[in-house]
Amino acid sequence: MIRVELPQHLRTLARVGKEVELEVAGPPTLRAVLDVLEERYPMLRGAIRDHVTKQRRPFLRFFACAQDLSLDSPDNPLPDEVASGKEPLLVIGAIAGG
Amino acid sequence: MSRVRVLVGTRKGAFILTADGKRQKWDVSGPHFAGWEIYHVKGSKADPERLYVSQTSGWFGQIIQRSDDGGKTWHQPGTPPGEPTTAPDGSPKGESNKFVYDTSAETGKPLTTHMFYDGTQHPWEFKRVWHVEPSLTDPDTVYAGVEDAALFRSSDGGKSWQEMSGLRGHGTGPKWQPGAGGMGLHTILLDPTNANRMYIAISAAGAFRTDDAGKTWKPINKGLVSQYIPDPNAEVGHCVHRIAMNGSRPNTLFMQKHWDVLRSDDAGENWKEVSGNLPTDFGFVIDVHAHEPETIYVVPIKSDSEHFPLEGKLRVYRSKTGGNTWEALTNGLPQRDCYVNVLRDAMAVDSLDDCGIYFGTTGGQVYVSPDAGDSWAPIVRDLPSVLSVEVQTLA
Repeated sequence: MIRVELPQHLRTLARVGKEVELEVAGPPTLRAVLDVLEERYPMLRGAIRDHVTKQRRPFLRFFACAQDLSLDSPDNPLPDEVASGKEPLLVIGAIAGG
Repeated sequence: MSRVRVLVGTRKGAFILTADGKRQKWDVSGPHFAGWEIYHVKGSKADPERLYVSQTSGWFGQIIQRSDDGGKTWHQPGTPPGEPTTAPDGSPKGESNKFVYDTSAETGKPLTTHMFYDGTQHPWEFKRVWHVEPSLTDPDTVYAGVEDAALFRSSDGGKSWQEMSGLRGHGTGPKWQPGAGGMGLHTILLDPTNANRMYIAISAAGAFRTDDAGKTWKPINKGLVSQYIPDPNAEVGHCVHRIAMNGSRPNTLFMQKHWDVLRSDDAGENWKEVSGNLPTDFGFVIDVHAHEPETIYVVPIKSDSEHFPLEGKLRVYRSKTGGNTWEALTNGLPQRDCYVNVLRDAMAVDSLDDCGIYFGTTGGQVYVSPDAGDSWAPIVRDLPSVLSVEVQTLA
């Protein structure tokens, strides 16, 4: 079970609480987790990654276990603590703008 | 008794303002979609309870919202609340925020670049929906004008969108250039007497018309003169801010260009300036009285960088002669220390017998005149900066 924590506006869109739990087949990677997230909550498609290129939106970042994973390959394995459900994967919106 | 529903898009959410036909006592609902930029909210003439919303964010991109009950509840088309979000085969039921430019060979001339600010060619990149325009006859058909400029259409109530690529592909696309606010397709006018005819306008490309329901398009900018571009009389490249039409006379169009107010009486084939005695002919909004097709309204704004009313006086100007001769309307509007702007989608008219005029400001006020401009009053004073105003006249 992978835990994913979403920023407030995405929780509103998906009509979920602070955290969602996902079953991801195989070794969890960022790409695999986001694929499952978007499949279960299609209203989030395009809001985290571009529909076509799958590039991360510029003002969002991914963190886990106090590490910034945003610039890592989306195919890298996520930390063991995330894979085991001990720690959540954090989707974070930049604190910017007005 | 008839009533009105005013749909307001702001930088931090949408608001719905309702009143009876007297338009004196208002109820305010909102903010809907708090914290998001709401570029536009518009209702369907075919089903007034059907509303479409363009909800955008620099963080999370484009969202389309829909209401089927006049704004009481909302959902993203294709993903109604409480229902499964995937089809039985596991595929998503809706991708209502997927705006992908058509580059298929089948559609003829896929374009990949337009002119950038510095004159170089730049890839087309979807940024947001500026304007949603429901079909006049089918609540499930709706058009979207987007930045970077293109026209999209949905025929399934906003669940999916397809580009009407004949517009970008008609030939002048590489000459289109963004204005200071981006390269947005901001105006979509549907001819109520001819389902095949549609007008659109783009900053800074100009006005375009289709006579075959969007398959092919032609620039309609003859008579526009823009001194700030290399060829002031160019076929495209003009910063058209807004076009308006009275549906009873669909061949007559009125335009607020960056500078100049113009009219055309031949469906945009030729334009002539009607700025007349306006104190400045820069501005963004223009609209036409619902019952008097020669009565038009603008809000002159000081250009080029200040973008607020002249002398700190907020004045709507009305012409009852289709332009050239204008009168200032000031009764009820601030006449000192007012430095707001009125953006291009932020004026609307209702169709009650005494035509109501509405506009919103970047200072968060929405004003109404229930007597065609003779007197004004604020409906609300302290909303976030207003991006768009539409009004529905309801039975």
